[in-house]
Amino acid sequence: MSQTDWQPTASIETLRERARLLAHTRAFFAERGVLEVETPVLGHGGSTDVHLQSLSCEAMTDAGQERLWLQTSPEFHMKRLLAAGSGPIFQLSRSFRDGEVGRRHNLEFTMLEWYRPGLDLEGMIAEVESLIRHVLPFDPGPCRHYRYRDLFRDRLGIDPLTRSLTELRDCASRHGGLDMSQEGRDDCLDLLMSLIIEPDLGQQCVAVVTDYPASQAALARHHRDAEDGSLVAARFEVYLAGLELANGYDELTDPQEQAARFADDNARRRQLGKREVAPDQRLLAALEAGLPIGSGVALGLDRLLQLALGKACVREVMAFSTSNC
Amino acid sequence: MASYSTNEFKGGLKVMLDGDPCAIVENEFVKPGKGQAFNRVKLRNLMTGRVWERTFKSGESLEAADVLELEMEYLYTDGEMWYFMLNDGSFEQYPVEKRALGDTEKWLKEQVVYTVTLWNDNVINVTPPNFIELEVVETDPGVKGDTAQGGSKPATLSSGAVARVPLFINEGEVLKIDTRTGEYVGRA
Repeated sequence: MSQTDWQPTASIETLRERARLLAHTRAFFAERGVLEVETPVLGHGGSTDVHLQSLSCEAMTDAGQERLWLQTSPEFHMKRLLAAGSGPIFQLSRSFRDGEVGRRHNLEFTMLEWYRPGLDLEGMIAEVESLIRHVLPFDPGPCRHYRYRDLFRDRLGIDPLTRSLTELRDCASRHGGLDMSQEGRDDCLDLLMSLIIEPDLGQQCVAVVTDYPASQAALARHHRDAEDGSLVAARFEVYLAGLELANGYDELTDPQEQAARFADDNARRRQLGKREVAPDQRLLAALEAGLPIGSGVALGLDRLLQLALGKACVREVMAFSTSNC
Repeated sequence: MASYSTNEFKGGLKVMLDGDPCAIVENEFVKPGKGQAFNRVKLRNLMTGRVWERTFKSGESLEAADVLELEMEYLYTDGEMWYFMLNDGSFEQYPVEKRALGDTEKWLKEQVVYTVTLWNDNVINVTPPNFIELEVVETDPGVKGDTAQGGSKPATLSSGAVARVPLFINEGEVLKIDTRTGEYVGRA
């Protein structure tokens, strides 16, 4: 066993740069009157999202021995603050996603998440763009907007919203070189997005992708696509240099709809043989009390720093990555 | 036989793919924030040396390949097979076919130790050491005084390989050659 792995994965010089950019990020929000908050990393509720695996731990609390979940993002707690009347808030929060380790992933990472009551999706996109320009020491180029379905039409010649499942499976199997004939619509689309479309996004520009399939809405509202009335998600993602940086929603505020989506997620989890996650009742109660209409966004801060500092992988901007933590 | 899941794929791991033993070269985890995860994997086919790029759904697994890499000394050839001997004192010999030997044939020298790859006890590949010392058996006469000009000429080495060497080199000299590039490194 080589004992050089005690060394940090980021150089001390990089950590100094990281600290400087974090201060820069906080200044950005301070100038705009967005309040910095800190919410728990451990919560009674976990994420039901089918493709996010929460870590959990046994804890002894005032309620006795109980299971607490490491948050996959600070979303639920921050929405509870919004419902309690916090106004605009941001957080630099440690988030945890089991199984996610690689060149652009680390089991725990820093999420920059913020919420803007009263701001629409366009306004939020503009603010994300401003933040990116504020943090990057170079000009990333102009901001370009793409609709999800147009990216698939241009690049792959298929409409992801209207094509049959069989056609999507064929397309994904062909382009991915693996058998996708048993997979669902979204899994096929995810493969095509990650393998074929994403690598080209945000080359010499800030790419903003909007109008995702309704099935990929997560916690965003739905609306009708002006083109043909297809149901799409009021959600956007920002890509830079082929890297997915941020994910924004016109936030779902309807508690019934939210409860139904939790139930759908758990139904899919059962189908796939994954562990079910109890819906967060306190979040539902907060929505019941009234979440102000507005937008929220989660940005992978380590990835932004990676780009800002010209590093090849996220671990190079982290003091210690999962593999040597 | 054991199997390995995509999250265990590390550089050098030996697995079976399409009936051939392969070594993992690179494994990249790819996942949209809220979507299905995949692994883009580069594997070197140990039979052909070719590098394949494949995509797997995260969590899929491949069977482990029973591949061993052993240090063996080259002994001799009878024209049909090439014979290597385990370097561990057991004197165990392994015959190697021309197909498995591949390009390494031109870097063979008795008593030199090679890395021999075995799959299910058959030799499938032989890798020469990075540097090897070989005698020049044929080249144009040396040009005196020319050490800095950087000109070069072909020289046939005792193993059969042909390398570009500086103009001042003569037949009978022993040279150090980099087997990965076939380049002259210096006089031995």
